[in-house]
Amino acid sequence: MDHTQTETGTDAPLQAADAPQTSIDLAGQDDELTRLHPNHVKALRLSAIITCIPFLIGALVGEVAAIFPWPGVILGPVAVLAMFIILRLPMRRHMARGYQMGDDRLRVISGIWWRSDTVVPFGRVQHIDVEAGPIERFYGIATMTLHTAGSHNASVHLPGLEEELARSMREDIRQHIKRDTI
Amino acid sequence: MSDAIPIGAPQRTQPIGLVVTAISSVRQLIFPLFAGIFALRDTFSGFWLIAIPAVAVIAITFGFAYLAWLRRTFIVGEEDIRVESGIVSRTAASVPYERIQDVSLEQELLPRLFGLVSVKFETGAGGAEEIKLKYLTAAQGEHLRDVVRDQRAEETAAQSALAASAGGADGAPQVIIEEPATTLFTMGPARLITNGLFQFSLAVFAVLFGLLSQFDNFLPVDIWDVDFWVDGVSDQTEQLEGLGIVGQAFGVLSALGMLIVLGFATGIAQVFAREWGFHLEKTARGFRRRRGLFTKTDVVMPTHRVQAVKLGTRWLRYRFGWHGLKFVSLASDFAGSSHVVAPFAKRAETDPIIRAAGFEPPSDALDWHRASQRSHFDGAFIDAMVFVIIAVPVAIFAPFGFIAIPIGLGILSAFANLYSWTFRRHAVDGQYIYSTEGLLSPAAQIASQVKLHSVEVSQGPIAQHRGYATLNLGLAGGSFAITGIPTDRAFALRDEITASIAKTDFSRINAG
Repeated sequence: MDHTQTETGTDAPLQAADAPQTSIDLAGQDDELTRLHPNHVKALRLSAIITCIPFLIGALVGEVAAIFPWPGVILGPVAVLAMFIILRLPMRRHMARGYQMGDDRLRVISGIWWRSDTVVPFGRVQHIDVEAGPIERFYGIATMTLHTAGSHNASVHLPGLEEELARSMREDIRQHIKRDTI
Repeated sequence: MSDAIPIGAPQRTQPIGLVVTAISSVRQLIFPLFAGIFALRDTFSGFWLIAIPAVAVIAITFGFAYLAWLRRTFIVGEEDIRVESGIVSRTAASVPYERIQDVSLEQELLPRLFGLVSVKFETGAGGAEEIKLKYLTAAQGEHLRDVVRDQRAEETAAQSALAASAGGADGAPQVIIEEPATTLFTMGPARLITNGLFQFSLAVFAVLFGLLSQFDNFLPVDIWDVDFWVDGVSDQTEQLEGLGIVGQAFGVLSALGMLIVLGFATGIAQVFAREWGFHLEKTARGFRRRRGLFTKTDVVMPTHRVQAVKLGTRWLRYRFGWHGLKFVSLASDFAGSSHVVAPFAKRAETDPIIRAAGFEPPSDALDWHRASQRSHFDGAFIDAMVFVIIAVPVAIFAPFGFIAIPIGLGILSAFANLYSWTFRRHAVDGQYIYSTEGLLSPAAQIASQVKLHSVEVSQGPIAQHRGYATLNLGLAGGSFAITGIPTDRAFALRDEITASIAKTDFSRINAG
């Protein structure tokens, strides 16, 4: 699979080969991208709720204290914004993320406004972390982090993996490093 | 004093180093001491009030330095160098030979008088994490450097012997052929003066001013008193008026001339202090650079540790064809993050150095690609908008004509930006990545594809709509980004680079 990529990696005729690509797209280069686990959305929502609670309480207090004479003038906008952050944003962020596990490299895509598409060859991985916070653990997912020696992208995070999958991916990558070094 | 350091036995640094440490710490006490003496000069008991604490402080400083020296040992082991230090809480650090990036020797003025060096083992950890031995004799420093070199050479020999063991000729000692050192670049006094002329600096006035404000108590007049200056200046003005117009002009000119001479002198002095005896050579163990008038440094860096090459210049010296060359590596230079290997050189001189490091200098024969025109237009537009925004309050508050200034600057910036598009180019040739940019002072960076660690294509909101992207390359010890290239070009480059990275494992790219 990566060999086809290698072949397209020559210089000039490339742009003519495919239709020009104008933005980082989940279906961009080849459609073998894997989406994150659906529980990732729930985990994002839960942390969004936790973030929003203090603001909602603040707005409620403002409302009760009646700073403005009109009812709902504080709580209304805050509630609408919170609804957007809790319901819409996690879904969009989830839809924007994806990864692709190649034979010798991992590709990670993320970001809505600031899109980023990173490739880390396994041969350059220094060490791998699999971590899960309380919310992630509750939903049975984990974040895998690849550390490289480069100053830019020193650590590449891939959240929202099923815990089992994250561990097996880590093993796969680790095996690969071991095989290459010997 | 034996210069060879025995293997495996704990050693102390040079005892004379204590004197150096003591003198440098006393040097810091001199100013407070003088200030104290000055303040108490009229009281009879003043002298003792100063002398007793001063002696006590010096004694305590020296005592602690002695204890620290006593408790700091280093062991040159079979596999690593270990340093144990600390008076009460002990710290033990160990660096395996294969992790030592380079061994630097540094001689400040004072240790130099005693023939001492401080030895630094660069591991790429950076800053305070590096292991430093203060002070050893110059010969010991050289010896340590050889030990590290030999250990590394043995390792590579062992590795290649392992690889060749199928042939059956194992056990045969690998002979490391000592190549004679070839000099790559030196700077003589004439070059130093030329460099100094381009280093025009009025920093000396800042220093003078700083000293003045520091010691204004000691001056016979109060420099912060406005009357003093007004009187002085009006006296001068009267005198000047007496001289007539020719005399005044002459006065102004000679003052300006003074400024210019001082500026050039400062620049030349700075360059002489830093680059005196600049000598870059290629030896069997890598690049070796020696320089410095007061503080002498001697740095060795292995060739294969060079991650990328940076070719830079400034707008004026570029008109005369002068450039500066730096190596990007995990180890850091004494002052900057990259190693300066040619501070002031013609392209004809830098190109052989680039080749010696295993890189290829940029040439016109390469398949150069330009940045996306859209990205360039957007950049120029945003920069010009800044001036337009400034123009709004100017239009409201300033007299009518002033609006022309920000608008004019905006137009100028837009044109300069658009024109500089010609200079933003990048190229790949299967092995290296080249990137150049800059209108007035073009800078180039060359990285080896294999030595990169990750590749990222990123887009901001504007870039997404306009179809261009930034290519961020994960370079060890530095940053390398190619900005504003068409998105499909970014992906093509990414694929090409990752393909060549994936072919070689990280542990092999540093094996040399």
